[in-house]
Amino acid sequence: MTAALVVGHGTEVAGARRRSRTAWLLLAPGLLYLFVFFVAPVAVLLLTSLFERVPGGPVGATRPAFAVSNYVDAVVTYAPQFGRSFLYAFIATVLALAIGYPLAYVIGVRCRTRPLLQGVLLVLVIAPFFTSFILRTIAWKQILADDSVVVSVLKTVSLLPDDARLTATPVAVVAGLTYNFLPFMTLPVYASLERLDLRLVEAGGDLYATPISTFRHVTLPLTMPGIVSGSLLTFIPAAGDYVNSALLGNAGTSMVGNVIDSRFFRVVDYPTAAALSVILMAAVLLLVAWYVRRSGTEDLL
Amino acid sequence: MSGRDLELVSVTKRFGDFTAVDDLSLTMPSGSFFALLGPSGCGKTTMLRIIAGLESPSAGRVFIGGEDITATRAHQRPVNTVFQSYALFPHLDVIENVAFGLRRRREKHVVERAMAALDLVELRHLAGRKPAQLSGGQQQRVALARALVNNPAVLLLDEPLGALDLKLRRQMQVELKRIQDEVGLTFVHVTHDQEEAMTMADTVAVMNAGRIEQMGAPQELYDLPRTPFVANFLGRSNLLAGTVTDEHGGLLGVDVAGTRVQVPADRAVARSGAVLVGVRPEKVILLGADDPAPPGATALGPGTVADVSFAGVSTEYLVDVPGAGRMSVFAQNLTGVSATPGGTVRLAWSPQHAFALVDDGAPDDGTGEAVEAAELSEAAAP
Ligand SMILES: Nc1ncnc2c1ncn2[C@@H]1O[C@H](COP(=O)(O)OP(=O)(O)O)[C@@H](O)[C@H]1O
Ligand SMILES: [Mg+2]
Repeated sequence: MTAALVVGHGTEVAGARRRSRTAWLLLAPGLLYLFVFFVAPVAVLLLTSLFERVPGGPVGATRPAFAVSNYVDAVVTYAPQFGRSFLYAFIATVLALAIGYPLAYVIGVRCRTRPLLQGVLLVLVIAPFFTSFILRTIAWKQILADDSVVVSVLKTVSLLPDDARLTATPVAVVAGLTYNFLPFMTLPVYASLERLDLRLVEAGGDLYATPISTFRHVTLPLTMPGIVSGSLLTFIPAAGDYVNSALLGNAGTSMVGNVIDSRFFRVVDYPTAAALSVILMAAVLLLVAWYVRRSGTEDLL
Repeated sequence: MSGRDLELVSVTKRFGDFTAVDDLSLTMPSGSFFALLGPSGCGKTTMLRIIAGLESPSAGRVFIGGEDITATRAHQRPVNTVFQSYALFPHLDVIENVAFGLRRRREKHVVERAMAALDLVELRHLAGRKPAQLSGGQQQRVALARALVNNPAVLLLDEPLGALDLKLRRQMQVELKRIQDEVGLTFVHVTHDQEEAMTMADTVAVMNAGRIEQMGAPQELYDLPRTPFVANFLGRSNLLAGTVTDEHGGLLGVDVAGTRVQVPADRAVARSGAVLVGVRPEKVILLGADDPAPPGATALGPGTVADVSFAGVSTEYLVDVPGAGRMSVFAQNLTGVSATPGGTVRLAWSPQHAFALVDDGAPDDGTGEAVEAAELSEAAAP
């Protein structure tokens, strides 16, 4: 009896151990991937950001150091680009929400009884991903070019002064950002609207809430998780983007991404580029944390 | 605090070519507890939604307190609903759920009034919880408080007790009745549970296939159903197919498979031709094969006992009577078992308890084996 108990206990422990070993084995590829492509690069980036230039050495020569001044210099020198990055990303996020929410509402709520139409519309939302990001942005360059239909129409109806242009302006950059990241906003918002229980919307109407009030007090709070993840998925890549500014903007619209790009690949100033990257990462992290806390959706994310 | 009366005039609702509510007219007096009873799919929810303004009728008008509200929208109507699914707002805690309607109408003393409503359903201590943290019964009470707090002219309850277990259900029935007495609102309570409808309501309307079959006080409806559907949906009935042969001193004589059965003329829907004679199972008594029937009683049989089922307070006997079909008898367990399966018995009842209906060919809900059997024997007769 006792022996049987002991044996039983023994196999149980062995089983638990075997199970935890299996878990580790299953996790290993993911952990390895994370280490090689995330932890190690971030560590190298942090180290590089503290290197100092070799005085009188060849272009790009650096040596290990603890040059915290790199950070100060980066912030002081490139404050306008930081400001622009966050401003453009913010405007693009707001615009993407303004366009994406109604779009997602139509697909997720109004078309609920017509699954076929719903599917077609969803494919249309994702369709831009079928061509490359860069190509699409170049296409925008054509659309907004000085001799394009858009510009000439806007000039004809006097919405644009005769000597104005759209390319190489902040408007073009923000438009490009909004367009390129719109699906990242639309899809998460769609996912939460699709799950919205319409009986709750009816209950709102039954309890004296006008349609606007029902939207404000029922629909919006219930779809907040979608809005939060959509705006994060839009804001974070938009703040670090350099393609839109490079293709649709000019020197006056350059964002942190453009500075990092030129510091790394043209000027070969690795420490500054690394410091800028670290600051961008930290700033985005802080903003995200603040935003998630503000919107009160920690438990929903 | 008082409700206002609710009036529906020729309300029809079609979904495509399916008619969910069919030319329905009724008046519910202010302050009454009105039960709408019917099988699932008969249009009860659709009717409530029309009253609440969540669905617009294809035809007809809705009045509250004499005012035509057909064209107004849900949020403009002095009506609140306790939904079948409760539909509590998951992102708001209990007190904010209850306060929702008051806040939308910018009322004063919102929190105090919401708390008072929670007191009424005895849930003050759970005011800070989210709906997901409540049991089914508690959610039901929050839904009730959320509707009651607005003091609507009419309160609609859509099978609010459907999801509760039997014990809680009985408890909530008593509770609801108490609350209605207390607040004096007009309650429209939808249910498919006939016992619930009869114990709670002042007026019961039996609904079938989008129409009201019969409406009245529970006792009245039970005592004198006017259609086979009502006879079997509200309690059970033995229905015997027969033909009216004569009328004497207020009593109709009906020939049922060669036996003369009597029905008071004022309890008959038709006084001639083919009728269905109905009698409730608890009104029928069992007699031994050779026992004489009590004076004045209608007697039927002999028949064979097909089944005996003991149910504690009573025993149900199923008796096959040649020509009349299978009859059901509820006997109180006063003298122990008096018949066994295979035994021969006779049945008797007082003519005052019988009623006569016209077979309208409507499908019944399957509880009345007697009807099917009667129809079979009718078809077999020359
Ligand atoms: N929006 C709708 N579209 C089509 N048919 C519906 C709709 N709503 C209800 N129905 C139909 O109307 C009938 C009555 O439904 P309902 O009022 O919900 O019944 P009950 O509440 O009595 O169970 C059902 O047959 C149902 O299928
Ligand atoms: Mg229903």
